[in-house]
Amino acid sequence: MQQLTNRSKNVVNKEMNFWERTYLLAILKGMWTTLKHLFRKSNTISYPKEKRPFAPVYRGWHVLKRDAQGRENCTACGLCAIACPAEAITMEAAERKKGEEHLYREEKYAAVYEINMLRCIFCGLCEEACPKEAIFLTDRIVPSDYVRQEFIFGKDMLVEGVAPDQRIDITVRQKHVQEQN
Amino acid sequence: MDYILLFEYALLGQKMGLIGALFAITLGIAAYSTYGERKVAAFLQDRLGPSNAGPWGLLQPIADGVKMFTKEDFIPNKAEKWLYILAPGAFIFVALMTSAVIPWGTKLTMFGMNLDLQVTDINIGILYIMGFVSLGVYGIMLGGWASNNKFALYGAIRASSQMISYELAMGLSVIAVVMLSGSLSLKTIVEGQAGLWNVVYQPLGFLIFFVCALAECNRAPFDMAECETELVGGYHTEYSSMKLGFFLFAEYINMFISCTVISCMYFGGYNFPGIDPDWLWGLAGPAVLFTKIIFFIFVFMWIRWTLPRFRYDQLMHLGWKSLIPLALLNMILTGGGILLLGK
Repeated sequence: MQQLTNRSKNVVNKEMNFWERTYLLAILKGMWTTLKHLFRKSNTISYPKEKRPFAPVYRGWHVLKRDAQGRENCTACGLCAIACPAEAITMEAAERKKGEEHLYREEKYAAVYEINMLRCIFCGLCEEACPKEAIFLTDRIVPSDYVRQEFIFGKDMLVEGVAPDQRIDITVRQKHVQEQN
Repeated sequence: MDYILLFEYALLGQKMGLIGALFAITLGIAAYSTYGERKVAAFLQDRLGPSNAGPWGLLQPIADGVKMFTKEDFIPNKAEKWLYILAPGAFIFVALMTSAVIPWGTKLTMFGMNLDLQVTDINIGILYIMGFVSLGVYGIMLGGWASNNKFALYGAIRASSQMISYELAMGLSVIAVVMLSGSLSLKTIVEGQAGLWNVVYQPLGFLIFFVCALAECNRAPFDMAECETELVGGYHTEYSSMKLGFFLFAEYINMFISCTVISCMYFGGYNFPGIDPDWLWGLAGPAVLFTKIIFFIFVFMWIRWTLPRFRYDQLMHLGWKSLIPLALLNMILTGGGILLLGK
């Protein structure tokens, strides 16, 4: 058979001689191995203090985007809910009243928008289905909890803030997805 | 006032001060050995080790101490209560007693005074250490038996049989050194190594002594008394809180003392070529000695995190069939050498 690596060693079942039976050389060899590791860089990432960068394709906690004027993009068309293979998304539509133009971009908006984070499989199909660029998956990790009820995220957990520092940056992932297509 | 009495008081004060300092240093080194052990283990395994408590995790031993003291102190229902409480105390007591005869340096010349850096120079110093170290097994034995737990008892039995088989080889290798220096006093043994260290004359003896010291301290690869994978925690399975802390602490003190004895017996103690132990008001000697001790503590840890544990029968085999005959051979060779060369 063809050798794929040169790392394999022939095993010989011969009697050990006196010096081999004292194991002194073997012990020294082992200690040399560990000594080399003493000066090697550690692999540890001390997690809360330093964080590893996420892959650009990472799909985490969803965000419902607002446009530049701070109006919600979502029009409650329900395409995301239909696209969702886990049936995690549900919503209730409502009509925009007069005087609410600064809140919602279109005449129809989602009064209730819920994602069950325990059902969600973070496939990103909602993002793909959305015609209004309203929902995106971000690089944020969904926080843990003790109660199942807490994992049903409503609009308070999903819609990004109006203030510039409360906006959720999705450009990295968006750019990557565009490059893929 | 009676001048002789005054002198006696001064001597007493000196000795008490030295004992206090030694006590603090021993405990401090034992505490920081735990930190060192975890750091060395981590670095040998490409990890970081304790790094959150203080800079580089330096306050970790203090945090551990606080943790040990505040944990629930549990005594099993069927345990032999008094022996159970006595055991950790006995163990740490004998561990602390051994540092009394070790010459830490020549003398300290400070503020116009000459301070002897040895608590007491008894003429059977090494015998005293061997005696106390072998008493250490009583702590383990009592703890293991009084716990009324089969794993603890197994640990204790293993510890005592290990102790018997290693003490012999250790004593025989010590005899060779005693033959060389002609004295049992550690001070004389160290002074005799001002030129060449004993390890040059006694390489085999050193090797035997070193292996036995590892076994004596119940450290890997000879940690039969503990061996977590087989016996849960060995003799201290049932212990918790500071009683467990005492056991662990005493093991580190034992390691410190073993490294000190190795340095004094084979590596010239406070002597180092080119360094006069009287330099810097006599602090050069202790500095040299402590450097050696810390190096050996590192080697102990290095071995622990390199070699796997011996099987129990392999250990007995090594002790009775290899080390004791080798130690006897070493003794005969040393005797012959002294006779022929007339050293």
